[in-house]
Formats: sequence, C-alpha cells, structure tokens
Amino acid sequence: MFKKFLLASAFTLGAASLAHAGCGIEGGNVSIVGNEFPAIQTVAKAAIECAEDGVTVKANLTADHQKINVAGMTGNPAEYSSAIVANSSIVALMNDDLIRPLDDLVAEHGQSLSKSQLISVDGKIMAVAFMANAQHLVFRKDILEKAGLTPPKTYEEMLSAAKVIKEKGLLDYPLGGAYKAGWNLAQEFNNMFIGHGGEFFKAGTAEVSINNEKGVATLEMMKALSEYMNPDFLTHDSNATSAEWKAGNVALMNMWGSRVAPLKTTEGSSAEVIENTDIAGPMTVGGGTIPATTLWWDGWTVSKNISDQDAVATFKALLNGIDPKIINEETSPLAVWLIDGYEPTDLAKGVFATVKAKAKPYPMRPFQGLLHSALGDELADFMQGKESAQQALADVEAAYNAAAKEKGFLQ
Amino acid sequence: MKHRTFFWFFLPSGLAMLFFIALPIVSVVLQSLHTPHDQVLVEVEACGPFGCETETAVDAEATAALRAEKPLGKWAGLSIYLDRGHLAFNEVSAAWEGADDLGDFMSSIGNLPFYKAMGFTLSYTFIVTPLLIVLGFIIAVTVNSLNRHLKGLVIFFSLLPMIVTPLIGSLILFWMIDSRGVLGTLIQFIASDPDLSLKASTPLTWVMLMVYGVWHSAPFAFVVFYAGLQTLPQDTLESAMIDGASRWERIRYVVIPHIMPLVTFVALIQLMDNFRVLEPIIGFNASAHATSLSWIILNDLGGETRLLSAAATTSVLTIIGVSILLMPVLIRTWRDFERKD
Repeated sequence: MFKKFLLASAFTLGAASLAHAGCGIEGGNVSIVGNEFPAIQTVAKAAIECAEDGVTVKANLTADHQKINVAGMTGNPAEYSSAIVANSSIVALMNDDLIRPLDDLVAEHGQSLSKSQLISVDGKIMAVAFMANAQHLVFRKDILEKAGLTPPKTYEEMLSAAKVIKEKGLLDYPLGGAYKAGWNLAQEFNNMFIGHGGEFFKAGTAEVSINNEKGVATLEMMKALSEYMNPDFLTHDSNATSAEWKAGNVALMNMWGSRVAPLKTTEGSSAEVIENTDIAGPMTVGGGTIPATTLWWDGWTVSKNISDQDAVATFKALLNGIDPKIINEETSPLAVWLIDGYEPTDLAKGVFATVKAKAKPYPMRPFQGLLHSALGDELADFMQGKESAQQALADVEAAYNAAAKEKGFLQ
Repeated sequence: MKHRTFFWFFLPSGLAMLFFIALPIVSVVLQSLHTPHDQVLVEVEACGPFGCETETAVDAEATAALRAEKPLGKWAGLSIYLDRGHLAFNEVSAAWEGADDLGDFMSSIGNLPFYKAMGFTLSYTFIVTPLLIVLGFIIAVTVNSLNRHLKGLVIFFSLLPMIVTPLIGSLILFWMIDSRGVLGTLIQFIASDPDLSLKASTPLTWVMLMVYGVWHSAPFAFVVFYAGLQTLPQDTLESAMIDGASRWERIRYVVIPHIMPLVTFVALIQLMDNFRVLEPIIGFNASAHATSLSWIILNDLGGETRLLSAAATTSVLTIIGVSILLMPVLIRTWRDFERKD
C-alpha cells in the first residue's frame, strides 16, 4: 500500500492534496533520498502528506542510497532536495559541500525542534536528527539460565559464557555477530577498538594509529569470539545473523537496536526464541570503561544546490515528517525516536543503556570512511588465520594511506 | 561500395561507437591520471544528540576555490597506477628484497589487493573457459544425437543456467550450499565431517565459484556448438563411416575441425567474460576468499567514501588485461583471414 502511495506521488506531478495537507508550504519541489527501513519510511510518509497543489513531495528510499545521494545532489539544481543520512554518511555530503547550513531555516520555521535534535558542525546546523541507534547485547534468557549464567557485561564474560554453553552441549555455536567481510567486519573492529580505548587517528591529523597493542588486542578478541561462531561468519551480515538468531542457533550477540523489533517477529522463528529474546546494554572489553560500541543518529539534511523556495518546502515537509504526531503505538517500537512525546518501549532499553554508559558516537570525520573500507578489505585474512594481527594492521594502514593520499587527506 | 555510400552507411554506428565506447574510455583514462585536490582540513566543534566533540572537517570554501581553479583535480600522472592498491611497485620491490625464497615472495605479493585479485581472476579465467568449452561441446553432441521429439525439451532445460540472472543464480546456490542448506548438509554427509563449511574455506570457495562459472556459461557454448553441428557436411561424415571411422574418430577428425572457428569465437567471448568475473563473488559473499578486478572497482565506488581515481585506474588495467588476454586469439584470427585472401 505504502509503495503504491510512493509511486503515485512520484509520478503524479502536482499531486492532489491529501487529507493532511497544509504544512504551510507555499510551493516548491521536495525530493528525498534515504535508506529503507521502517522508521525512515514512517518519516518519509509523513513528509509526503505535505503534497498539495503546487507542492510535490517524493521519496526514493533504497538500501543503495549512499551510492546515489552524492551524485544526485551534485548537479545544480540537485535531483534530491534532501538526503536522510547517519553520522557516517553525512560526511560524504559535507566533504563535497552538498548540504546547506540550516541555521536561518531553523530560526524561522523550526521552533518546535529541541537542541538535542540539531547536528551542528563548526557552529552551523547541518542536519536534524530524529532517531538514535546503537549496537548492544542481545541474549537468550532460557539458555543463559540453563547454563547458570547471567547476561555478560564484558566481552571476556561473553567468551567464558560461550565456553560454558558449548561445553554443556546447549548450542554448537553460541555466539553471533555481523562479521561479514567488508563494512560489517570493519564496524566490529571499530567497536572493539574504541572499547580498548583506542584513538583511530593521531590528534588533529589524518594519520592512522591503529597499528599498536590496542589494535592487536582488538583483533585477538574478535578472533577469540569468532571461534564460537558459525564457521561461515565471514559471510554473515546483520540479516544473516538475525536469521541465525531466529532459528534458535545463537545465545549471545552484539546487535543493532533497530534490529531487535524484527527479532521478535514470528517469521522464521519459534515462540521459544521470541519469548526468551532479551536485550541489555553494551559490553566493555579489556577492563576499559568505554563501551565497545558506537552511537548513531539518523537525520535529514537539505541540499545546497536548490532554490531557496525548494529549500523552505523541503525543510517544512521534513519537519512534518518528524512531527510528534507520527509517534503512535505502531511506530514507537520502530526506533529510538528523538522526537517529543516518544515513550521508550521495552525494545529501546539497550540503546538507552548505551547512551547512559557514555558510549562514543561514530566519528563524523572526513577520512573515517576510508579507514572503514580499508579495515573491511584487509581484516578477513587475519580472521581466517592466514596472517598475523600485526600483518593485518600493517595492511590496513598501507591500504588506508594509499586511499587517503588519493583523496588528498595525506600528502 | 562507393566511398560516399559507405560513409553514410557507417556514420550511425561510427557515431555510436565514438559516444559509447571511445569517449567513456578517454574519460576513464583522464580520471585515472588525476586525483582530488589536497583537502584543506580544519578543527571544528561538532555537536549532536550525544554531546559535542572536537572534530576534523574539510574547509568547504577553500576546497571549492581549489576546485574552481582546476576542475579536473590534481595531475597525478601514473602515481595511482603505481600505488599499493594497484601495481604497487614499491611494495613489490620491497617484497623481492626482503624475501628468503620464491614462495615467501609470492605470499607477500598475494597480500597486495591487485595481485590477489589477479591471482583469482586468472585462475578462474583459465580453468573455467576450457572446462565450459568441453562441457558445452559434450552437451551439444549429446543433444544432437537425441530423438528430435526430445530435443526441444532438453535444449530448453540445458539453457536454464544461462537464463537465470547470475546474481540470482549464485544467491540461490549460496543458500543451498550453506552449512545448514540442502547441498551443504549433503556434502557434510558425504565427507562425514559435520563441521565442513564450503563458505569458510578458501580452496572450497574457489572450487565453488569455478563450478558455478562452468555451470552458468556452458549453455552459451552449447548453443553455439549446437548451431554449428547443424551445418556438418553429411557427405564427409558418411564417407568417414564407410571408411570405418569410429564415433570418436568421426568427432575427432570431422566434427571438431568443422566447428573450430566457433571454438575460437566462444573462447574469445568467454575469456573476456570470465576475466570480468563479478556477480558470483557478490552472490556467494566470497570477497573474503576471492576478489577480482571488477570486484575492486565496485568496492572502490561503493565504499563510504568513493575512490573515483582508484576505480578508473583499475578499469584501465582491466582493459589492458583483456587486450593482452585476447591477443593470441586475435592474432590467430587475423592470420586465418590473411591466408584466405
């Protein structure tokens, strides 16, 4: 139904006004590009309700949004008047100077926004956040009980718990994790490296600093965890790991808060798994106090290369997209909303615990993405036991340096 | 044909070739010789729902000024070609000097992305291409000798692997060979090793990708050879039979020479196709075990931060690779052509 609705609004220029019309837009074109998951669909749907005579609002929500948003916002006028991004993906837009500061728009139209929703860089508001996300512990109550264990608070406890569960013959591969070679594997490295108190770069420079004892400790912990995972772990992304969880093959995993609600659905699962799936805050590692995870926000931006009228229309439509009225029983469990009137559900306690534990946000650094890609490409050899941790880290460093030189971050 | 007629006849295809083949190649080569400007970095305060932090950012105005001055970017010459992500001259010579023996040298080289990808790409190309030609030929000969009522049905089913989109085909097989899948469990049963996983082992992943490659492309060879078999000179075949040639001898001395030009054609197309292997690697999530040049290009373009120059350079290297690979076949075709004149 929703897809039909999207199509209709995408192809009918000057779409007929809907019941909820009247977002105070005088005219203009709004075109949104963003990732595709239920929370963003909710926001886009509410934004599309602003379509009326002289106002077109369309949304292109796709998992491939990051491959098209830079290209789609580079032209003048830009194809997309707004991109829905996260703290990692906003960087690509800022690096190329594709999004406009929102200070005047917020001052004029955005009184309803609270300060914690505003993402500012160098004193300029660049995005408006509407939800938070983080990876944290997901566990099976029944299996931990059978093994006589409590939910682990550290990765070391997770390892020993896995050992007990395996030795008691409860599960063959008690641990899960999105360790697919590429983006996911690199993200697990980031989590664990932050947990060990590591800093990715030498302060104030683009020189990478992961090839040290913290990096080695990070890799060794990841390797130790992987011994208790399904041997195919290098092919398991969040989807595959969730499927393993739902099939009842996993007892403990570090998983995205936004994935918990789908874990509780019946498709491919059993009542036993659904009832006993519980969540807790993130774990620490190596005796550190910083949780081995990262905090994320999702928010919207406004394109630079569009007319001021379109910018106002885009701002107002998306403001309607994150209006408190979108929060209801159906949408509340979809995300940890950063919107007034949101009452956290039980599924949100993991993300809240992560915020409370003072986890670090994923860095909004222009060259962090290059390191992320280098980690994703070079760590698989180590995880398969083909090379030493030092060699893997040296490879990451070399791959990052080559990419950073090409992009002009290193000379 | 008059020159004038030829000109007008050729013009549309000539224009199409210029716009869709020549210009993109020029653009890719240009891109591979340039990199983005040096970034002007500044320290700024970044705030969000989780508090404020000092963060590095790109100075948009200063960078825009640089870009306006030289829109193509910074002239990089061949530096991208020589960097670690591509031909890696420095790393290769360092590996040569630091290596104890050839094996040690080869393993250091295999750790560099370009050579690692070439290792798989070339193995894939040179193992899959001959196998699919042989298999395609066997299917063609078998189908050709079937009863004509059965032929249609068998041809249809033989073509199925080619009809299924590579990405979808490999994804379906990917789930079947999962350690909990139908084929995966069967293989564990046959090997009587419950921990055996195709996806976790590099050699088995290579075998799987190659088997998939043969399975997917054999129908193409089959169709071409089957068409060739329809034009077999019946007189020669009959006289061979009268001379007492066995079925194998007839295939060896009559059929194979007859379809040899088609073998060259299939080899040409398939060498080119297999050198660009990409979909099975994506479909089988096999990038931890096997990468190809095309996979590197996709990875550079699809990362958090796009590496346009790196992707362009790998593309140029791919074009050079394909040209080298096709050289022997092209030379052979040219010689045949000359002889006919």
